[in-house]
Amino acid sequence: MDALQVTNLSVAYEEKVVLQNVNLTIPVGHLTGIIGPNGAGKSTLIKAILNQLPNKTGVVHILERPLNPKDHTVGYVPQRNAVDWDFPTNALDVVLMGRYGHIGMIKKPSAKDKQIAMECLKNVGMEAFADRSIGQLSGGQQQRVFLARALAQEAEVYFMDEPFVGVDAATERTIIAILKDLKAKGKSVFVVHHDLQTAADYFDWMILLNRTITAAGPTEQTFTEDNLQEAYGGKLFFMDQTKSNKTFN
Amino acid sequence: MLTGNLLWVLIGAILLGIAAGLNGTFAFLQKQSLVGDAAAHAALPGIAIAYLVTQQKDLPILMLGAAITSALAVYMIQWIVGNSKLKADAAIGFVLSVFFGIGIVLLTIVNQSGTGNQSGLNDFIFGKAATMAKSDLVWLSSSALLIILMCLLFFKEWKLMIFDPVFARGVGLPVERLRVLLTALTVLTIVTGIQAVGVILMAAMLIIPAAAARFWSNHLGVILVTSAFFGALSGALGTIISSVRTGLSTGPIIVLCAASLFVISYFFAPTRGFIAKSLKKKAFKQRNVVKEAVNHE
Repeated sequence: MDALQVTNLSVAYEEKVVLQNVNLTIPVGHLTGIIGPNGAGKSTLIKAILNQLPNKTGVVHILERPLNPKDHTVGYVPQRNAVDWDFPTNALDVVLMGRYGHIGMIKKPSAKDKQIAMECLKNVGMEAFADRSIGQLSGGQQQRVFLARALAQEAEVYFMDEPFVGVDAATERTIIAILKDLKAKGKSVFVVHHDLQTAADYFDWMILLNRTITAAGPTEQTFTEDNLQEAYGGKLFFMDQTKSNKTFN
Repeated sequence: MLTGNLLWVLIGAILLGIAAGLNGTFAFLQKQSLVGDAAAHAALPGIAIAYLVTQQKDLPILMLGAAITSALAVYMIQWIVGNSKLKADAAIGFVLSVFFGIGIVLLTIVNQSGTGNQSGLNDFIFGKAATMAKSDLVWLSSSALLIILMCLLFFKEWKLMIFDPVFARGVGLPVERLRVLLTALTVLTIVTGIQAVGVILMAAMLIIPAAAARFWSNHLGVILVTSAFFGALSGALGTIISSVRTGLSTGPIIVLCAASLFVISYFFAPTRGFIAKSLKKKAFKQRNVVKEAVNHE
């Protein structure tokens, strides 16, 4: 079974083409890194897959079906700066938002929904902060709350946009442990990532992207110096430090 | 003092205050307060047109006219922002002044027509709650109750839609329809309040109680209740004060009451008020000074 199939996906913002002719087939059960330079269209790719962009052409299948939010198959962690953290709500409440699709319109969250949300907070080590208003959390704590909210969705396929940006080392370790746990449970996880130093350690599958797919497949086949140089357009002058043990030649 | 009609007026003003306090909180958090201001000013031409067409001043007819031009103004703001390089502030300023200008011209025409002098449409500019007929107050109250009910029903959906619309779409919420519903309800709140509060100051009922309530809590539920309370209190006080002194319009008094509550909240609210924050900052500094002194020893 394929977690994700993308056929001829293109996206344009006004006149500017951001993604051109993206084709992908990725089987279930992998922890996939989406890697590429700034402006490569990594976030755009996720948003296009999640059907959040109007100017999109092409076909996207998730678990071999067109995306339907009502299936609850897809979980999402947006970039942390995508929301206003001064919004009046607390950590548990944000995690509970992950249950809204299951709860349905107008109805109130049940005791079970609250219990699931609390367990997800516990999984990311944030149960002590359940009642804390989100504006008073640190960047790493906010990111954990976002991850807990995605876990509360109880999805099969997860998309995460730069979850490691601006977080402390402990949070980074927590997040990667949870991602590996999701993989162990047979879920598929796609993570936009920009740190080449850690990419090969974190992900067993890779999508190298720069406006279109440079390479996609198992990490040992795709994360090569040639592919990286192609994706980064020769701008990868710091490769000398990393290629020794991080890339596969 | 509290004659039969004034009691009705008071109930209407309180319900209106609650409705505006609840709806205004969502608009405030969505950063759409100024759109509400434009929508309120844009109600004026609708009132005048409804009167010119029907030659009647029944509140439901005037409310319908107001709702149409008000909604049109909101739609125009969104269209301008979506289809030009103009930003929201310019679009709001443009639409507000053009619609209000048209409204004043039409009102002048109404006033110069034969029956115009008795139409009482001028009261729609600054509001005149005390002179409202009982039948009008029934309309006002039922409309306010509908708004209150909708705010309670869609509490959870609007919360997520405003906080994180992308995620909301991801879990299957009909974000566009929820947004339209919230805007429609804002327009309904405005047309509900136009006779009592007036088009110029109606937006204050949406903005000020919500902004004042934000100082009191970091929980949306508590903010909504506080904002509804502030709205009701301002509505009640404004109505009573403006009705005991002849010649006072209701709108300005309501705004002054709400503004007083805002000033009190700004300074004295325990969560985010100025004094509480200053004290917290001072305590934090003192702790660190003590710590450093200990470290130096």
